[in-house]
Amino acid sequence: MSFTKKLCAALLVGVAAQSPVWADEPNIVRIVTHSPLSGPQSLLGEAIKFGAQLAVEQQAKELADLGFKVVLQPEDDQATPNVGVANANRFVNDAKVLAVVGHYNSSVAIPASEIYSKVGLTMISPANNATQITDRTSTRAVVNRLCGRDDVLGPVAARFATDELKARTAYVINDKSAYGSGLAGAFEKAFRAAGGKVSLSVGIDDKETDFSSILNRAGVEKPDLIFYGGFYPQGGLLIKQMRQKGVAAAWMSGDGVDSVDLQKIAGAANMRDTYFATSSVPVGQLPAGRKFVADYKEKFGKAPEGFSAFAYDSASVALKGIANAVKANGGKLPARSQVAAEVRNVKLDGVTGSIAFNPKGDVLAAKYAVIKAEPSPTDNKVIKILEVAAPL
Amino acid sequence: MDFSTSLGLLPPTLLDGAILGLLYATIALGYTMVYGVLRLINFAHGEIFMVGGIAAIELLTFVLIPLGLPPLLMLGIGLMFAACVSAAVALAAERIAYRPLRKRRAPRLVPLITAIGLSLLLQDAVRFIESLFGNFIRPFPAIPSLEGSFELGGGLILSYKSLAILVIGIAMLAFLMLLVNRTKLGQAIRAVAQDPRASTLMGIDVDRVVAATFAIGGALGGMAGLLYALQYGKLDPFAGFIPGLKAFTAAVLGGIGSIPGAMVGGLVLGVMEVMSGTFLPIITDGVIGTDYKDVFVFGLLILILIFRPGGLLGKSVVEKV
Repeated sequence: MSFTKKLCAALLVGVAAQSPVWADEPNIVRIVTHSPLSGPQSLLGEAIKFGAQLAVEQQAKELADLGFKVVLQPEDDQATPNVGVANANRFVNDAKVLAVVGHYNSSVAIPASEIYSKVGLTMISPANNATQITDRTSTRAVVNRLCGRDDVLGPVAARFATDELKARTAYVINDKSAYGSGLAGAFEKAFRAAGGKVSLSVGIDDKETDFSSILNRAGVEKPDLIFYGGFYPQGGLLIKQMRQKGVAAAWMSGDGVDSVDLQKIAGAANMRDTYFATSSVPVGQLPAGRKFVADYKEKFGKAPEGFSAFAYDSASVALKGIANAVKANGGKLPARSQVAAEVRNVKLDGVTGSIAFNPKGDVLAAKYAVIKAEPSPTDNKVIKILEVAAPL
Repeated sequence: MDFSTSLGLLPPTLLDGAILGLLYATIALGYTMVYGVLRLINFAHGEIFMVGGIAAIELLTFVLIPLGLPPLLMLGIGLMFAACVSAAVALAAERIAYRPLRKRRAPRLVPLITAIGLSLLLQDAVRFIESLFGNFIRPFPAIPSLEGSFELGGGLILSYKSLAILVIGIAMLAFLMLLVNRTKLGQAIRAVAQDPRASTLMGIDVDRVVAATFAIGGALGGMAGLLYALQYGKLDPFAGFIPGLKAFTAAVLGGIGSIPGAMVGGLVLGVMEVMSGTFLPIITDGVIGTDYKDVFVFGLLILILIFRPGGLLGKSVVEKV
């Protein structure tokens, strides 16, 4: 890590040396993407950055016509709360930063958004499902999210497990992150309420690679389902070790495992009876989504991750909100609070569907899908799509 | 869960614990041998383990599996490759980072900090290189004929992979014992561990012995990296840290500097870890979950070290390697 930091520092110094051109230019607005760009989760963090970058490049025209140049400023929160907070404390001092697209981890988004709210900086979340994100009153004026909520995603998964998979007993495992434990807890509650039996509910360390303790027990107790609240690196490993141990239970998780690398880690042959519930409905199936996927592939040379489209829409919302605020401010650089208010009122048709926010900052009706993960990620099938209104 | 089903869990748990313990033991040898000759804790050893494992995964994924060689041959070539890469990295680390410090008689704390720096540097260097070719999490490629398993009787299932790991791991440990106790190089290593200065007087090239120690420890670590990936399914640039830390713990538990100690310490730690992970939730009815296994194991470690500060097999004998 130290090496990367030094490299970044060197680059920053290099950039700063040339920056009088920017410094004298008054009409710049910055949109920050704040997601993990190094460390184990950087693949998804980068997907957020790329999605937002594509939106800024394609939609900068409206602000350009108003005389403002939009600059995307990628920040690396390293999936670590204190790093996210430190970054936030630094870039809120730049008055030209008018919106944040981020984060990937709820555990980073929660403390970082407290910093944004102090200066009225709006945050649009493409990926945070934790309920506290919009449930807190302290940050209500600035925090918005485009994706669904844990407390809805968990019950969606539980409903699918009991109705479609006919599961009666389940193991519930979580990685002890805010996201993983929130999702697993919501699933467990709904699954029990539907009459299911949770015979084991455990947390695991987020660097754990050995699930033999849990799986040996599953080999004896034979639960119908193993539900995992967490992210794809461990989720994939859990599938692999389950199938190696001959555990026949179905496997289910949330959108943290929505990655093209899930199958690579789990091994294609092990992807049997594997499902996940997600708030990011595969964009390739929507008319506007197909163009997005094609553009993204052309620009970055790889397929978008689940959250790329939400990051794209988050940046679109930010651009629209800033443009509206500029107009309302008579063409001058608006205050952050004006931008935050305008962002809350944005209505547009994005690549993920029609977007409008409720007073809490949640998107009015989020879509949720249950997907069957197939041996090849391109064959993943949407089994069920539900549109559920965010609870107020 | 009733008593008899819990009891049925004992054999697979012991088996998994033994495999994990064997891997810890192999890594722990790298710590203990280097400590034996230099009194240095090489904290970068976890990363040396990771580098070899990842290099071998790449070789398997992109060269050996497309060639379609027989699985055991593939595994053999992979192990040799992992050993060579890790030995080379360990040698380079010794030559570039540690030897100058030794020559300049740096205080004991300095190489320790160098080791931690080296560990972070290796992590991010590997991350950087792997990120150039897509995602840096490297799954172990599927070798179909190794995926199967057979029943040992009594419902105890042993996969071919685990069997291979057990056989290879034990062979590695036996080979090392022979090397240290029966060869000239082994004799030289033991001599340097006892008294570097006197060894010089006896005509032993200490620098060479130290380099050989790093190379052997690195090679064992690299092979353990491949076996670890085979058993648990993936490696990433940050995957060396936790097994490295546990292996270091195993080395201390067994008595750092003692080779049989590292083996015993590794096995004890592995078995205790998997056992507590399985049985803590059962005994406490889910109040204490699997995630507390490390707390429990390290608690036990503290207790053991209170009564045997030198570790299980570490006595204050002169023979240190």
